Amino acid sequence: MSTARADILAAIRAAIGPVPVPGEVDRSYRGPWAHAPDVDLFCDRVQEYAARAHRTTRSGLDAKLHELCGERTGVPAGFPFPGIEDELLDVQTLSSLDTVLTGCALAIAETGTIVLDGGERCGRRALTLVPDHHVCIVTTSEIVASVPDAIASLDPRRPLTFISGPSATSDIELTRVEGVHGPRRLDVVVVDERAGG
Amino acid sequence: MSFPAAARRSLADSQMRHNVGHAVEVIRAKRERAVAELSDWEALRTAGADVKARALVTLPEQLERLEAEVARAGGTVHWARDGAEANAIVARIASGHGIDEVIKVKSLTTDEIGLNEALAARGVAVTETDLAELIVQLGGDRQSHILVPAIHRNRMEIRALFERTIAPGEALGDDPRALAEAARTYLRAKFLSVPMAVSGANFAIAETGTIAVVESEGNGRMCLTLPRVLVTVMGIEKVLPEWRDLEVFMQLLPRSSTAERMSPYTSLWTGLYPGDGPEEFHLILLDGGRSQVLADEVGRQALRCIRCSACLNVCPVYERVGGQAYESIYPGPIGAILTPQLSGFHDGTTLPWASSLCGACYEVCPVKIDIPTVLVHLRGRVVREVKSPAAPEAMAMRGVAYALRSRRRFEAAQRLARLGRGPLANAALHRWTAMRDLPEPPGQTFREWWSERPIPPTHPRQQ
Repeated sequence: MSTARADILAAIRAAIGPVPVPGEVDRSYRGPWAHAPDVDLFCDRVQEYAARAHRTTRSGLDAKLHELCGERTGVPAGFPFPGIEDELLDVQTLSSLDTVLTGCALAIAETGTIVLDGGERCGRRALTLVPDHHVCIVTTSEIVASVPDAIASLDPRRPLTFISGPSATSDIELTRVEGVHGPRRLDVVVVDERAGG
Repeated sequence: MSFPAAARRSLADSQMRHNVGHAVEVIRAKRERAVAELSDWEALRTAGADVKARALVTLPEQLERLEAEVARAGGTVHWARDGAEANAIVARIASGHGIDEVIKVKSLTTDEIGLNEALAARGVAVTETDLAELIVQLGGDRQSHILVPAIHRNRMEIRALFERTIAPGEALGDDPRALAEAARTYLRAKFLSVPMAVSGANFAIAETGTIAVVESEGNGRMCLTLPRVLVTVMGIEKVLPEWRDLEVFMQLLPRSSTAERMSPYTSLWTGLYPGDGPEEFHLILLDGGRSQVLADEVGRQALRCIRCSACLNVCPVYERVGGQAYESIYPGPIGAILTPQLSGFHDGTTLPWASSLCGACYEVCPVKIDIPTVLVHLRGRVVREVKSPAAPEAMAMRGVAYALRSRRRFEAAQRLARLGRGPLANAALHRWTAMRDLPEPPGQTFREWWSERPIPPTHPRQQ
């Protein structure tokens, strides 16, 4: 055992002294009500980050993706739409892609956030980071209402990325500039599963 | 330098005053809107304070759980008693791989321990990748705000700085868009090639071993994902007991900090993940004075801080003097209570007085740190533990204690106070009365009135 470890733990124990173990945390912030995920709210909130939200149906999805994706579009390996599959592409190749197209683990209506979890629909983190344009498919059943609902259904063992709009900085005179290091453009395509056609 | 001296220097910088004043005004208004949207905000604050307080009094257990979970997921955990130990560990990891260049995610903790300077001294070059931190680093400057550290610089200065350093020979123009683009081009080459990154941590979950970094630009994601080796330095107070605690802090932090519903990017990772991200992950747990802060039952609540900077934006003192006057990486109201405590009262002993005690900081704090109470408490500690017994406050308090011990002395003191008003007091207390009015003592004290009053006729007691 390192002495730093032992010293620090001993110093903390001495500092705290005998304190009674505190009771449960009051989680009343969650409220007695249950929110239903609101698809319109999700789309509005995505747009407020200067990302674009598009509504479509299963049958309209292909056409929508063709319209949005660039010529060289990367996709996770085995993704159900055609593209350059990410078989551990090197960063230079990732950097040369026009677009990356993925799904998501879930999306949060209240904050207009998409969450990627490194699964087969999302791909590894570098894939959705290095290209300049990200198109993300969200089906309506993947939208949850709130941040607590999202945390409850995510797997902490996976690498998780919460994305709320394109990258941005306000570091120079507080002037907002969209698009710094992550993808400068984000298109969220919401597929309505309930709608016909 | 004392806070009053440093503040005087800052107040003379009109550019800084204008920029900081504008920034805090804008962020303040935006934060109010972001917070008003959540009907359960006060309940969230209470939960945030509870979770953190609970984590602090069970800290040994939480750190041991965190250590075990990170190790289980393939990470290596190191413990550092102070900044020098933490810096040496980072340097050792770099040299072990023959690495002489690292990229960094914005991290207050690594600034606190002077990591960049320590690595440079060992021949490892460090590049800050947050835009504002890069501006500060390139200019050899100091941060003026936790969230927007280069807010004291204007676009012309940043343009000149970039044209001198990262974009030599180019004409960038004054548009922040063009300046951000220049930084993107310069840093992209680093992201794609530098083999080691250093980050801080916003939160670490003991239950799962998960680390969280919240950011806006994507430089964090780049550093956390692309280099082969990742080192995270975190203060031991950043630990949260349970995974579900994140649902509280991922609502409290963005709305309090950037005043957004959610920051553009939040990255969460647990050790290593095959085929995704770094091949080696080190977590350094830093004490750096935190265990001694825990020993102060009033002062320890400062360790709940999640570095959102909401207290800076509402502070009338910070708004006028800016961050550099606090001469610490932690400015504003939170700095005034954190800096003296972390340094064991070696630094910043005038900082507990850098406040009007108006209480605005307490109202906005997402984890309900009662900053005014801690300020008053620390003023007492500085007078008792740091200042000489001959300091004016100490002498005055001893005088008051002496006078209050007997009725005779108290009454004499009251008569003296009446006599001593006016020119005499102003001459003796000119540093105090320069900013305050002495209360007017009444012409007659209650005791004098009582003893001189006509004796009322005694009423026959009713039977």
